[in-house]
Amino acid sequence: MNIVVCLKQVPGTTKVEIDPKTNTLVRQGIKNVVNPFDAYALEEGVRLRERFGGKVTAISMGPPQAEEMLREAISLGADAAVLLSDRAFAGADTLATSYTIALAVEKLKPCDLVICGRQSIDGDTGQVAPELAEVLGVPFVAYVSKIEEINNQNMRVQRMVEDGHEVIEAPLPAVISVTKEINVPRLPSLRGLTKAKSAVIPVWTAGELAAAQDRIGLTGSATKVVKIFFPQRVRKGEVFQGEASAQVASLVEKLREAKLI
Amino acid sequence: MGIEIDLDKCIGCGDCEPACPFGLLKVVNDKVQLVEGCTLCGACEDACAYEAIVIEAVAPAPLAGEDHHGVWVFAEQRNGKLKWVGYELLAKGRELADTLKTELCAVCFGHGVNDVSELIAGGADKVYLVDEPALASNQEDLLTGGLVELVRQYKPAIVLAGATALGRSFIPRAAAILKTGLTADCTGLEIDKETGLLLQTRPTFGGNVMATIICQSRRPQMSTVRPRVFRRGVPDKGRQGQIIKVDFNKERVTARTKLLSFVEDITERVKLDEADIIVSGGRGLGKADNFKLLEELAKVLGAALGSSRPPVDEGWIPYSHQVGQTGKTVCPKLYIACGISGSVQHMAGMGTSECIVAINDDPNAPIFEIATYGIVGDLFKVVPLMIEKLKSG
Repeated sequence: MNIVVCLKQVPGTTKVEIDPKTNTLVRQGIKNVVNPFDAYALEEGVRLRERFGGKVTAISMGPPQAEEMLREAISLGADAAVLLSDRAFAGADTLATSYTIALAVEKLKPCDLVICGRQSIDGDTGQVAPELAEVLGVPFVAYVSKIEEINNQNMRVQRMVEDGHEVIEAPLPAVISVTKEINVPRLPSLRGLTKAKSAVIPVWTAGELAAAQDRIGLTGSATKVVKIFFPQRVRKGEVFQGEASAQVASLVEKLREAKLI
Repeated sequence: MGIEIDLDKCIGCGDCEPACPFGLLKVVNDKVQLVEGCTLCGACEDACAYEAIVIEAVAPAPLAGEDHHGVWVFAEQRNGKLKWVGYELLAKGRELADTLKTELCAVCFGHGVNDVSELIAGGADKVYLVDEPALASNQEDLLTGGLVELVRQYKPAIVLAGATALGRSFIPRAAAILKTGLTADCTGLEIDKETGLLLQTRPTFGGNVMATIICQSRRPQMSTVRPRVFRRGVPDKGRQGQIIKVDFNKERVTARTKLLSFVEDITERVKLDEADIIVSGGRGLGKADNFKLLEELAKVLGAALGSSRPPVDEGWIPYSHQVGQTGKTVCPKLYIACGISGSVQHMAGMGTSECIVAINDDPNAPIFEIATYGIVGDLFKVVPLMIEKLKSG
């Protein structure tokens, strides 16, 4: 089974702090890491390879330093990795990103399954996986929490919805996005670390992907950010004082006054 | 294409440094330097008085736009029942359509969907209803293909959909086929008075940064919006509107995936997204068993039971209870957070609640910053006292 796992390098913390003086995000000391949701995608890919054989290729679109993350993916069990990097890719929205990744998946064919994390923790859109499926013209299942059964033609998966889960059958090749419920990612093995050190990670540019210039990067993007600002938290509430019972009494009184209870 | 800094023009004033929301610009030896990671947002370009920073964007292709009219809302149904989020979007869509002086349409796919006329009472001028047995279970290949066909036929300028599990899964696919822009999880939508473009504002970086996004030259402009972000209007039963039945093209669109079964999570006694009051627990609960205490409080209040992410990760409570960035967005009248410190991700899911009560033993917990009322104390003392007080009337 040939599997492609899509990874994104993101700032290694969800606690992004804002410097009150400059009103910008504090980036000092923040290491870039693999998007946490993508770690589950990689683990699932490696597990499938261990059961069925084949190959897991980790791919990422990003700046040159994303190579480090792909090396980490190899230490975690990926057989190979490819970095899609070109200045022409910069400023891509999900439409341009999914097109670019689709070209790479086509180039890596045969591919039975593409696995993505449910969303990135920086952009948070969760749109690349479904858009990628559509560019590739293959079925898509979002929020997969368990692969119940899989063979070269078909898979049966559980996918999470608001009030429970659905069991869905889909033919392969396909694209899925996975949730953190699907597995517990492993730590790098010693063998993996050795392999990662010497691995050659090819860099594919727009030219190598034969990408249409008007479909990549800023030019290929349908959306554009016109303004960025910081939300102001204005609410300043009342913290009760005194004995716990007195505090509870004040709270209940306030809530009743406001007819909230 | 990209960001270009003209060092001859740069005088090292440093005005661009604070403008960059990602802190990527630094003046070194009187010249600005850019660290890797630029998203080409353009904030620095506006801040530079010397035109030393240029974001070189290719001129937008003069694509369709003129011939696209109307605001559409995808009215999601489940088991024949229309979801609340559709009405919320109709209320917002009505504002947008009125500003643009255009029509508001609801689009509904399903079989034997109840109360379709409610969509007109909710603000729609027209309802495009696609009724077909195969659509009853929301098979996503059919919805994707069906929506794309309708969009191509009727050419709306704007399409809004709920950022539900379904919407977040198939709407991007439709956008990819239409090769247009889609902005996820918008919290603000308005029309730019000058250009008539849809200004789509959404949180990013875990809610730390807000970005306003446009889709300039492609149509339709598409957005998803989480449930409970906008408020449903008061239904106007007297409103006039048209229900237009549209045939589903079975030959052109085929279903590849198949829904075999649905397993409902039955621990959710009161539905989170419909509850007026939510009692929610966090890491401070310590173990699964302690949720019983919150269940008791919830029962006394007739509230739904919520959770932040750690208890879900620990397996103390099922995912369907999770509130936050990767869980549900809720907007109850009253949200009682017990032992929740208040990560930005959690607050992104409940920050718009009318009244927030925080109970936490750490006086510095961020949750107190957004709480309407706070009690600094041990939840295992405070919550039983609350239950007692509420029971005693």
